[in-house]
Amino acid sequence: MQKVLRRLALALALAAVALWLALGANRGWTRTSVPTVIVDQVTGIEGHDYKKQFVPGVDFLGAALAGAGLLALCSTLVRKKTANPV
Amino acid sequence: MKRTLATFFPLIIVSVSTLAAPQEFDFKDPKGVNNAVFKLDAPLEAINGSANGISGKVTFDPQNPAQAKGRIAVAAGSLHVPNPMMKQHLQGDQWMDVSKFPEISFEARELKNVKTSGDVTMADALGTLTIRGVSKEVTVPVKLTFLKDKLGMRVPNQKGDLLVIRANFPISRKEFGINPKAPQDKVSDTIDLTLSIAGASTQI
Repeated sequence: MQKVLRRLALALALAAVALWLALGANRGWTRTSVPTVIVDQVTGIEGHDYKKQFVPGVDFLGAALAGAGLLALCSTLVRKKTANPV
Repeated sequence: MKRTLATFFPLIIVSVSTLAAPQEFDFKDPKGVNNAVFKLDAPLEAINGSANGISGKVTFDPQNPAQAKGRIAVAAGSLHVPNPMMKQHLQGDQWMDVSKFPEISFEARELKNVKTSGDVTMADALGTLTIRGVSKEVTVPVKLTFLKDKLGMRVPNQKGDLLVIRANFPISRKEFGINPKAPQDKVSDTIDLTLSIAGASTQI
């Protein structure tokens, strides 16, 4: 059980870091939309359109690492199986 | 000859007065590019967002730009920031309270320090800015660009002129009662507003 929890904690931490890095390593807050600029050729006005896209931020990373830490802490509270004395 | 003149003279008068009359420009944008951008740059956090729910009408005379006046409104519900929780807070009762105050508006009464060069007019617009139900007299530096007969290039099958208004000015968050207790190191008191809008005046 202890080993399972530790492996789970490690997997969660690695997955969160990998996802955060893969989706742009955003050092701001998590975003669920990203702006795209549309230029009106006649007036020169730059309009803003938002398309739905998940960009994890430091809050996402922090929550995932905190969860992994909690799992790792739980693993220390679980007793190791001891072999029965013969 | 006298009869001919008598027939055409009123027509000439009507035509000249139509040409010289101020035009009304409608800023409800079918293309959806009209926008207001807001920026708050605090030491700990920068917040950027925009709104595209623009409407309003401005009366503008290309022959006399100094007489321009009108009202521009921004739908508070169209205020957008990319973080969903921040957007919820922004539109909530502590910040913009959009359910109670659905509109942000600027009513321009007159232009001062008017400088016109070709189709471009630079001026200071004096008027009333209303945000979250609080109205303040403000002076906004504006740039007006008159684009004659350019509506058809923007909206097919329509004839008319375009008026582009650009403005950039700061306001105080506290003065308009936008969560005045929020710490300034996280949320700046100065909100930098940028307005980029185009209005259309159709010819029948």
